[in-house]
Amino acid sequence: MSESAEKQSSDPAPAAAKPKLALYWAASCGGCEIAVLDIEEKILDVAANFDIVFWPVAMDFKTKDVEAMEDGEITLCLFNGAIRNDDNEYMAKLLRRKAKVLVAFGSCACEGCIPALSNATSKKETFDWVYHKSPSTDNAEGVEPQIKTKVNGFDLELPKFWETVRSLDQIVDVDYYVPGCPPQAHQIWAVLETVIDILKNGKPLPPKGTVLGAGQKTVCDECPRTREEKKIKKFFRPHEIIPDPDKCLLDQGILCMGPATRDGCDARCPSVCMPCRGCYGLPPNSRDQGAKMISALASVIDSEDPEEVDKILDGIVDPIGSFYRFSLAKATLGRKLTQRPETPQAQPQLEEVAK
Amino acid sequence: MTTVTTSAPKTETSAGAASDKDTAWKPKIVAFLCNWCSYTGADLAGVSRLKWSPYVRVIRVMCSGRMDPTFVLEAFRKGADGVIVSGCHPGDCHYVEGNYKAMRRVHLIRRLLIDYGVDPRRLKLTWVSASEGDIWAEVTNEMAETIKSLGPLRLEK
Ligand code: SF4
Ligand code: SF4
Ligand code: FES
Repeated sequence: MSESAEKQSSDPAPAAAKPKLALYWAASCGGCEIAVLDIEEKILDVAANFDIVFWPVAMDFKTKDVEAMEDGEITLCLFNGAIRNDDNEYMAKLLRRKAKVLVAFGSCACEGCIPALSNATSKKETFDWVYHKSPSTDNAEGVEPQIKTKVNGFDLELPKFWETVRSLDQIVDVDYYVPGCPPQAHQIWAVLETVIDILKNGKPLPPKGTVLGAGQKTVCDECPRTREEKKIKKFFRPHEIIPDPDKCLLDQGILCMGPATRDGCDARCPSVCMPCRGCYGLPPNSRDQGAKMISALASVIDSEDPEEVDKILDGIVDPIGSFYRFSLAKATLGRKLTQRPETPQAQPQLEEVAK
Repeated sequence: MTTVTTSAPKTETSAGAASDKDTAWKPKIVAFLCNWCSYTGADLAGVSRLKWSPYVRVIRVMCSGRMDPTFVLEAFRKGADGVIVSGCHPGDCHYVEGNYKAMRRVHLIRRLLIDYGVDPRRLKLTWVSASEGDIWAEVTNEMAETIKSLGPLRLEK
């Protein structure tokens, strides 16, 4: 690697003059990396404008190359993935030090996303399932990953797996956020274009904490479906109903997170008849995606009778997983109680107070 | 944004023992009362010198329908062990149907609490009219008993 780096620096157009770009993945699926490539030939513009110094998915730079850099040497780091083990944490802290501008890129880094759904269970339950109980597990000896193992006289070390998944900004200081699972290609390019413009033309940076590559409203605001403010008597899961192609999905009883999700994706999912699942995260001016959705649902459920309301609500099979599918790391209530779970009692009915 | 330095949640010693050892612990209960009925009812309880639980802290909202679910979650996060939402009786809401909305919200939040491993009895919904000071006193005393029996809510953040 050092060879090619040298070659680059002896180039007539000195690479050193180009701002440095790093892309990293922590606890993520890799979709955000693919999304960057989805900008297609514009990736060449990225390469023309930046010196890519670290990108494990696509290039062969190593962690030690980053460790060897000066603090603040990287101009921009797009960091995707949540923080769920010691290695993720180490890399987050390292890249924070080395990068002038650190961007939480994609839903995992912004709000925990799918990895953070494990905050609705415990590390023990996760391990039990993954290493012992899942139907596809073949693990007769019951092996579980250990932080330290000895193999043929060598010490092997694995990063410690955390009880609770964190968003990037719960671990290090973050400058900007790009939401989405994954961020849509046109939005990624819009963000990169803005950055290039700022670097080239000396434009001022947006205020710290700005959400880039997304809108200022909710998915409903850019959804092409007609909303009639209907009332819901029953919830349907997507496989239980053939929805009307033009009408609002929520109006038809399909749990659509549109009202509780930031816009910016051009309402991808409802446009193709799938309910929004909430990947662009918390909309502006709200603090908790689940609370926002509960509020929205309470307005459309068509009943004033507590018992009937409960029956209708039975149609929402997984409240925590549906309302916080992408934002559980940032949920107001934190993680599920593991140290001292209270045995939930049968839900008290409300007739006692309805009288 | 908050920075969390460690992933390891604080370990608690056995749950039941907490109430015996922690003699200093007193339940914290936050109550959201609608301006027109329940708040006046609670006021009446005070004026009538009825004994009602000192552990209940009242927050007045214009209507129980103004009670955003965020308020409830935020109250728990900031240390409440229980939350009461109280409004006008069904049919009496001064904004017509705010209390029905509150009822649906409370039902949904309870389901969320169950997913969190939190006992749903920590969130109570009641209807108390302006003349029902005695009922308000009863509600708070009952809720205080419930919360005492459940012990402190220790969220893991
Ligand atoms: S609820 Fe879903 S389908 Fe309905 S308008 Fe909003 S985004 Fe579109
Ligand atoms: S519609 Fe919702 S789930 Fe689909 S891409 Fe947009 S924000 Fe994400
Ligand atoms: S005004 Fe009392 S509940 Fe609406």
